[in-house]
Amino acid sequence: MTNDDKRNSWRKRAADTAARKEAAAPLFVKGKEVLAKDTVALLEAVIRPFDIVNIEGNNQKQADFLADCLNKVDRGKIHDLHMVQSAVPLPAHLDLFENGIAKKLDFAFGGPQAGRVAKFIENGKIELGAIHTYLELFGRYFLDLTPRVSLVCAYKADRKGNLYTGFNTEDTPAIVEATKFREGIVIAQVNEIVDELPRVDIPGDWVDAVIQSPKPFFIEPLFTRDPALVTDSQILLAMLCLKGIYAEYGVTSMNHGIGFLTSAIELILPTYGLELGLKGKCCTHMILNPHPTMIPAIEEGWVDTIHCFGGELGMEDYVASRPDIFFVGPDGSLRSNRAFAQTAGHYAIDMFIGGTLQIDKYGNSSTATAGRVAGFGGAPNMGCDAKGRRHPTDAWLKCGQELPSLERDIGNIPRGKRLVVQGVETFGEGRKPVFVEELDAWKLAKSANLPIPPVMIYGDDLTHIVTEDGIAYLNRCKDMEARMAAIRAVAGFTEIGLAAKPEETRALREAGIVKTPADLGVDPNRATRDLLAAKSMRDLVTWSGGLYNPPARFRNW
Amino acid sequence: MALHTLELDLAASAAKVTLPAPSHTGVTGSSDLEIMLTPAPLSGRVTVKIVTPVTGFDPLWARVMQKFLDETGLYDTAIEINDNNATPAVVLLRLQQALAAAL
Repeated sequence: MTNDDKRNSWRKRAADTAARKEAAAPLFVKGKEVLAKDTVALLEAVIRPFDIVNIEGNNQKQADFLADCLNKVDRGKIHDLHMVQSAVPLPAHLDLFENGIAKKLDFAFGGPQAGRVAKFIENGKIELGAIHTYLELFGRYFLDLTPRVSLVCAYKADRKGNLYTGFNTEDTPAIVEATKFREGIVIAQVNEIVDELPRVDIPGDWVDAVIQSPKPFFIEPLFTRDPALVTDSQILLAMLCLKGIYAEYGVTSMNHGIGFLTSAIELILPTYGLELGLKGKCCTHMILNPHPTMIPAIEEGWVDTIHCFGGELGMEDYVASRPDIFFVGPDGSLRSNRAFAQTAGHYAIDMFIGGTLQIDKYGNSSTATAGRVAGFGGAPNMGCDAKGRRHPTDAWLKCGQELPSLERDIGNIPRGKRLVVQGVETFGEGRKPVFVEELDAWKLAKSANLPIPPVMIYGDDLTHIVTEDGIAYLNRCKDMEARMAAIRAVAGFTEIGLAAKPEETRALREAGIVKTPADLGVDPNRATRDLLAAKSMRDLVTWSGGLYNPPARFRNW
Repeated sequence: MALHTLELDLAASAAKVTLPAPSHTGVTGSSDLEIMLTPAPLSGRVTVKIVTPVTGFDPLWARVMQKFLDETGLYDTAIEINDNNATPAVVLLRLQQALAAAL
């Protein structure tokens, strides 16, 4: 032991924590258990004005009971909190600012509360720190945004404070580690306090209090897509992606962003993908929530490994029954972990593919719209080239070798590049053009006083755009002028697309920088729902052998 | 919901194909449309009648239809479209599918 020096000037945090826990001591009933009715008193005992506080919640599971209780504290005692949290999707998260309990916010994803976030920034109720991507925010938990108190959530706890987070472990390990090992206080809401846990996901001595919540925590089935809603035009884009990108580069590892295009891709792997000979060559290693639309491809033996950011409601039994594919604990159930999945998503995968609401004429894209501060969750982290990556793969190397600028930047040294693909119809919902002169993010930056427009994927990271007009291979463009011409060539009848010059587009096609469906040999007449391996939720259940149990709202048969 | 009717009289840049018989494709479901192609003696031209709940996109419809005609060379045809908020990508895809089914 080398900690004999007990000078108090170096132990202020420990002393402060001890004083707070002392104030809370009368509230503990047995071991670390505090009763739900005493939760507000517990929070008032351990939280101080201006504290950095984390409420666990991302786009999936939510410490909703603790968020509600924090809104009920005496604001004379607790105010001006600095909230640091992955997401603010619940009304309660924003009520804290309305009620004057919290003042400052650092986050990654706004979701359904994005409109209120924008309004509160504008009227001064929220002082915005910054919008992050998940790993960036987790990183700051260990740097300058370490929570003093964290309110987390788990399925089960015992009275020693051990937590079972199971299927939806998600952000909990990152939050608890940062908080506890900087002498902070960790409070967990759980659905059930039991004598014996299925497994321990968070050790009890990292947790200060456990509370059995009056009702189970809220969880959103965010990644469930009903195959019945996949359209022919999404299937066309999916065919273009498989032939022009997956097959062209031999992409083995990837993340599929949220949305119907990637669902369409997943659902035509066993049909069109098989026909292209991609089985065993593409999509073998994936960083992905347990997407129900992956079931047919998994069942057909396409996939070697899937690691998950979080769980997905209804997929518990299926995942537990496919332990060769998923990461499961000794108890047999999934262990998801957002920090590690995002790490793999940043450094290890060859491709990120997803959609967006807007792409500007330079190739910058954003889902930000005027009046909504939504954030982008993990997309910026995976939708970028990880400059620290050092391990080569064929897909990564090929994408890099095609960069005309490589030699200019680093001479004769070979280097690869992450494939970052955005698949969009040229016009989105309500016939809003996806290709625009200027992103709405600029307007948002102005109205919400943001220092920079919130960009989801920067143009220099974007390597491919796929639309109904074909694929623009932006990584093959030698300069901004060529890149803008390639974007125009696939921008359809949007104002950006109408500026395309036919002779320029012809030259790009000859150079292989733009490929139309015909250039790729993709027949639009085959782009019908007949290609889908599963056409309905019920088909997915059948494919799973009855192991997939869709949430009630998706049970449409 | 008031429906908007748009009528166009167009011609392909180079006439190449016409239809052996009428055909019908698609349904007027949400974000989708139905298309009826009928052979008609129109001196090489194509008439288009579009019924849609959406207004303000007439020039866009004309561009999509002209692109379809230029790509296929369809002539002497009456096209009727009943639209329910389909995007241009869906419209073009359905037109291509309708023609393939008719030939």
